[in-house]
Amino acid sequence: MPLMYPLVFAAFLFSVGVYGVLARRNAVMVLMSIELMLNAVNVNLIAFNAYLRDQLATGQVFALFVIAVAAAEVGIGLAIVLLIFRNRETVNIDEVDLLRW
Amino acid sequence: MTGQEVAFLVLAVIGGLAGLLVVTSRNVVHAALYLVVALASVAGIYLLLAAPFVAFVQVIIYVGAIVVLLLFGIMLTRAPVGRRVLDNTLRARVGAFVVGGGVFVMLTVFLADAFGSERIATQAATATAALGESLFRNYVLPFEAVSVLLLAALIGAIVLARRD
Repeated sequence: MPLMYPLVFAAFLFSVGVYGVLARRNAVMVLMSIELMLNAVNVNLIAFNAYLRDQLATGQVFALFVIAVAAAEVGIGLAIVLLIFRNRETVNIDEVDLLRW
Repeated sequence: MTGQEVAFLVLAVIGGLAGLLVVTSRNVVHAALYLVVALASVAGIYLLLAAPFVAFVQVIIYVGAIVVLLLFGIMLTRAPVGRRVLDNTLRARVGAFVVGGGVFVMLTVFLADAFGSERIATQAATATAALGESLFRNYVLPFEAVSVLLLAALIGAIVLARRD
């Protein structure tokens, strides 16, 4: 299989995630788009692991680390979103401007 | 074209379309369900790239845990429906499309320049035993760091979400 197949797929998934992060207003949707971007990174790691035929499977090990970090990130992110919703009755990120000069 | 390539292309088209629907859907719950499809097709791609353990971890953690967590987040924040409440203004969306499309074109051009003729050799799937050996022999320090990170995230999430 050409190496470009997974690389182009990962680039597409990452760009879709970038679009989602910038275009969405709802904080939960932004978290979903971030998950898409993290998955694109994982596809790259696995593809290069297979391409380089690494004896230590470094790409796969670090894909597992990225998955663990993504789980931690979404847990903290949702806790913050719930806190904001409880205090301000909204999860629209353009209305949360507490830290804006 | 081999069967592996055909399977990859089918999975990539399904995953790409599902990803597009995640960021364009008008309904938050539908977006979360499309995210399940996208993550599951990525798991299939891991299988095709000779990484079965990571594929099953993807199914268990992403599809099983993270999407459920996101659905709980949607339920607890009274999910609104509709283009206007979910998306930014048209101007911001056009800007986001330009940035996303630019990232895609730039990455594709540069990657084609660097790896355009390279091929992934057909190979046996990485045994879970070999992956575990590598993880606990060579990468045990980053593994412990990730464990501490998960613990810190757990405590942080409890502290943030606690009502006191």
